[in-house]
Amino acid sequence: MTTVAEQGVKPATMAQALTRAMRDAMAEDPTVHVMGEDVGTLGGVFRITDGLAKEFGEDRVTDTPLAEAGILGTAVGMAMYGLRPVVEMQFDAFAYPAFEQLISHVAKMRNRTRGAMPMPITIRVPYGGGIGGVEHHCDSSEAYYTATPGLTVVTPATVEDAYGLLRESIASDDPVVFLEPKRLYWSKSPWSPEAPTAVPGIGKALVRRAGTSATLITYGPSLPVCLEAAEAAREEGWDLEVVDLRSLVPFDEETVVASVRRTGRAVVVHEAGGFGGPGAEIAARVTERCFHHLEAPVLRVTGFDIPYPPPMLEKHHLPGVERILDAVARLQWEN
Amino acid sequence: MTVQELPGAGASHRVTPPPAWRPRTEAAPLLPDPEPYRVLGTAAAEHLDPALMRRYYAELVRGRRYNAQATALTRQGRLAVYPSTVGQEAAEIAAALVLEEQDWLFPSYRDTLAAVARGLDPVQALTLLRGDWHTGYDPREHRIAPLCTPLATQLPHAVGVAHAARLRGDDVVALAMVGDGGTSEGDFHEALNFAAVWQAPVVFLVQNNGFAISVPLAKQTAAPTLAHKAVGYGMPGRLVDGNDVAALHEVLTEAVKRARSGGGPTLIEAVTYRMEAHTNADDATRYRSDSEVEAWKAHDPVGLLERELTGRGWLDEAGMQEARDAAEAMAADLRERMNAEPVLNPMDLFAHVYAEQTGRLREQAAMLRAELEAEDDA
Repeated sequence: MTTVAEQGVKPATMAQALTRAMRDAMAEDPTVHVMGEDVGTLGGVFRITDGLAKEFGEDRVTDTPLAEAGILGTAVGMAMYGLRPVVEMQFDAFAYPAFEQLISHVAKMRNRTRGAMPMPITIRVPYGGGIGGVEHHCDSSEAYYTATPGLTVVTPATVEDAYGLLRESIASDDPVVFLEPKRLYWSKSPWSPEAPTAVPGIGKALVRRAGTSATLITYGPSLPVCLEAAEAAREEGWDLEVVDLRSLVPFDEETVVASVRRTGRAVVVHEAGGFGGPGAEIAARVTERCFHHLEAPVLRVTGFDIPYPPPMLEKHHLPGVERILDAVARLQWEN
Repeated sequence: MTVQELPGAGASHRVTPPPAWRPRTEAAPLLPDPEPYRVLGTAAAEHLDPALMRRYYAELVRGRRYNAQATALTRQGRLAVYPSTVGQEAAEIAAALVLEEQDWLFPSYRDTLAAVARGLDPVQALTLLRGDWHTGYDPREHRIAPLCTPLATQLPHAVGVAHAARLRGDDVVALAMVGDGGTSEGDFHEALNFAAVWQAPVVFLVQNNGFAISVPLAKQTAAPTLAHKAVGYGMPGRLVDGNDVAALHEVLTEAVKRARSGGGPTLIEAVTYRMEAHTNADDATRYRSDSEVEAWKAHDPVGLLERELTGRGWLDEAGMQEARDAAEAMAADLRERMNAEPVLNPMDLFAHVYAEQTGRLREQAAMLRAELEAEDDA
């Protein structure tokens, strides 16, 4: 079997794959509209919508007034009329003004109308830290979304997933909060925009590294950290399995449970705070369903339960390889 | 180049800003008149269309009866709650009647009467308030958005529908209803701004009924009138007597026509009065005097039109009786159908959360089903 790299495919960044996903979705479906702050002429502050306004015009790639509730609220109306809006929230913390629209309408409209008026809206949110950003540009806000029934919450960690999952999110008839790990925007991998790799759909977790000693359960920006930790763990004699959730809602319990039943030990890793974070739910579910297979309590390595730190201190906050290995070491190996 | 060298810099040392900084719109034509526009009781009333006004009369009588019946249903426990529009029937009905078939209406939670006047079955309109589901109708079929409980959040939806329709080249106007309290919400501001920037075919109708539950307008805003708020967005503001159905019809029709012809949005403030408490759960005597309510009775929307029509010989006792009979028939039908127990299926709780149920919801649905079966067996 040859890899795509061996076939001469050039590396592409996650940012390029995301742009291409929107471009292809717009070309295929005239109801897809991109809207947000600076997404048109500028191509977005992270350049993820670069070139779209030029190709599709301002009616389909719209620089909106600077008002997130207005952006999402008008997107709701556009979806009511049969369009398929793709909304960019400029930063994680800038999405908060839109929360009333998100929680009271976007998430509930299908249910409120007994399925008559679904909300096929994709809300793209660059999230997470690790880029030396200021306080309001680095939040891991996923728990707010996962706590809201009616929303699908997706987060890619690889270039091919960035394309595949965004395409699927835009095509979904349900609202999708698409969390883009901003520190992976410029991560590269061999990937062809002309022949994008097919990936499993939303709601399917993937084993990114097979192992036998313990399972690291993670997603988004923490996947590369976990893979690095798994490599480092070999020196300690641990063969770690790494599961990438890819979507938090729906949560692929079966893949996670199957992995933990095999390994008997688990650590959940994410940047968001631990109290009420996704790891709390995952640890609880794994414990409920794997109790008799577990050799040790399920542990969590998360961001501290603090407001996002200033850039010069963020390295102490973010889950790193050492902290993950420390947690693995505490999985009661001596028994 | 120094400031002194810029074009416009001279003896006054004032710099002419570059073009992007210049105002886009003349403010003066956008300003509302200082007094609410009126037709009934003025000389202008002689030009009214008697047939149209008789239709409005029948709708007002029916609307008043609908309010009374809905309030009675709360006392009988058939409605969990009802926010009354007694005194506001003119604005509720005119909002519905000025729209074409293809247009969209965006009601707030108080505006069930507007939805009924647009042709919605009153039982479907009251589903939210009865409590058997959150919305009792297909919004797309009727082009009536779900009754909106969070204040002013329906306004950006109206802008979105109007904008989408315009992008697709469809002849659609959206009319969005909100109360005086709702104008303090951020979504009011954002919706009006988006509508004006996009020149979306929207009409914003504010019913200023004097109170946001208990809080009077003086504590809500320092604006000269709510209609003046339009000017800041670059759209015209219109002030109209909200109990004068003829004036409302004229002002709303003009705004709908303007929107339809590509002229952009309009903000209309209809000055009216909420004759009853906020809902049946509220006690209005805690925040306003009986004498104030009494004073407004003399300016009742049904009475205003009735006096005009009978005075001109456009309506006789037989015509009034016909309107009352039709209203009674509607009320009897509503009462009878609301007295039937709604059919509830608890499994519906899981049916519409997502297009496809998640594993989690399937599991929880199975739990509820087992509980229901155990209840049935017991």
